[in-house]
Amino acid sequence: MSGTATAEMLSAAELATIRADFPILAERVNGHELVYLDWGATAQRPRQVIDAEVDYVEHRNSAVHRGAHTLAAEATEEFEGARAKVAAFVGADEDEIVWTSNATEALNAVAYAIGNASAGRGGAAAARYRLGPGDEILATEIEHHANLIPWQELAARTGATFRYVPVDDEGALRLDLLDGLLSARTRLFAFTHVSNVTGQVLPVAELTARAHAVGALVALDACQSAPHLPLDLHALGVDFAAFSGHKMLGPTGVGALYGRREHLTALPPFLTGGSMITTVTMEGAEFLPPPQRFEAGTQRVSQAIALGAAVDYLDAVGVDRIAAHEAALGRRLVEGLRAIDGVRILGPVGDGVERTGLAAIDVPGIHAHDLGQFLDSRGIAVRVGHHCAQPLHRRLGTTASTRASAYLATTPDEVDAYLAALPEAIEFFRRLA
Amino acid sequence: MNEVESLYQDIIVDHVKHPRRQGLRDGATVESHQLNPTCGDEITLQLVLDGDRIVDAAWTGRGCMVSQSSASILAEQLPGLTAAEAGERIESFRASMRSRGEIPVDEDLLGDAVALEGAAKFVARVKCAMLAWVAAEDALAKR
Repeated sequence: MSGTATAEMLSAAELATIRADFPILAERVNGHELVYLDWGATAQRPRQVIDAEVDYVEHRNSAVHRGAHTLAAEATEEFEGARAKVAAFVGADEDEIVWTSNATEALNAVAYAIGNASAGRGGAAAARYRLGPGDEILATEIEHHANLIPWQELAARTGATFRYVPVDDEGALRLDLLDGLLSARTRLFAFTHVSNVTGQVLPVAELTARAHAVGALVALDACQSAPHLPLDLHALGVDFAAFSGHKMLGPTGVGALYGRREHLTALPPFLTGGSMITTVTMEGAEFLPPPQRFEAGTQRVSQAIALGAAVDYLDAVGVDRIAAHEAALGRRLVEGLRAIDGVRILGPVGDGVERTGLAAIDVPGIHAHDLGQFLDSRGIAVRVGHHCAQPLHRRLGTTASTRASAYLATTPDEVDAYLAALPEAIEFFRRLA
Repeated sequence: MNEVESLYQDIIVDHVKHPRRQGLRDGATVESHQLNPTCGDEITLQLVLDGDRIVDAAWTGRGCMVSQSSASILAEQLPGLTAAEAGERIESFRASMRSRGEIPVDEDLLGDAVALEGAAKFVARVKCAMLAWVAAEDALAKR
């Protein structure tokens, strides 16, 4: 994440220009100007991304990778061009980026590819990925369900043992226990780059090096880092990574799997069928090289192209500057929340904690759904619930929390609006009680 | 009264502060546990049956004011009803909750549940309001 510390924050004028690109930010909600603080759940889209998708559909829409007509050639070129943009954006090579429907599908693609290798598919090249009794898969207690359940299920299917790195009472990962959990039995370590609940940034390069030292593969959930931090997957050294388009200004329905070339070349496919084969007989099939090997069926072409436009937009602003902007908003948010009576921030909040622009809170005695309802009545959109991280919430003694998450178009005033409404909401429910 | 205040009416607040028939007991005939997967709200509802008639109801749970008050409101009115009568009330309440405010809650039939009418306007809260009622339906189906 070098560069984030030195990059300049976005100026007020730049912020105004950025905000003008997002049509939805002009909406009024329940009689108030929309204060959108749910970017971590799904990001809004700038006009440039919406236009790119519409322009493609109106002028070049066609089936990719087949057909000799002009539109098909243009569509294919644009579709693959988007792959190249996304690959460059995350520090990967083009053939290491597989389009998926979302990050969940990307992580399942890895889990099922390894599962298929464990069932003997993929032949000798895939033998090194086989899992069985005695092998271990390691995850962490802060994972989003998407980077948790596929591994629990893979362990159940193969007879491997599922283990996890726990958190402390504050919600910080107990990395001090990692040495006892990583061993020669560990075959895969799955963890998130940035927690979608606590905003904590994990030391990916260090954890990856430690996993590799015992021969384990690394699967990284990059959903909350790819949009928010400069990302160089080659430099981090991870074996697999997953991220979703709709969290980084792109459309829903498109995400990506990154896999190091050697893995994607050796692993058997997850989904099979059309568009991923070379030769098919009634006895079996041979598969295309990656990434097509992992892209069975008709692809989400217009969404991928729009994601390419989203990456262009992020590049034009500068992800290092977005990260600096968000870090400042994150500090403002946390400092403001710490000053409000009765609010408990989930996760570590010390000065030395590297975090992105999000914070989830628990207000003992007031349920997150009720809090969110009050905030919504003021036009403030936050996420309430367990944010697909039930184990972490349970460990921290709550079932649901209220999460505010910022992005490049979030203003300090919006953070302040939330910080001002929150005590009013708390007062409203305390008065009822 | 704005919409958020209309959701948190006195009757709801009263049921949250003074929950009726809360706390599980031994000897239940049927029981159902329901979870709202989006927020983790939980309700466990128990019924004591004498033939087709509900003679006692008890519940426990945790969650937002809507789900918890709704459980209290329902548990208070179940004892004395036949399974068919309870089923009729559950159906009536569901129809109102799914109507986005088009079908008012039948106060003559459903009593305090009329206070939950505001939840029907908020799609995200309908599940909260319905949780205990789904538990009752499920418990009665186990008879």
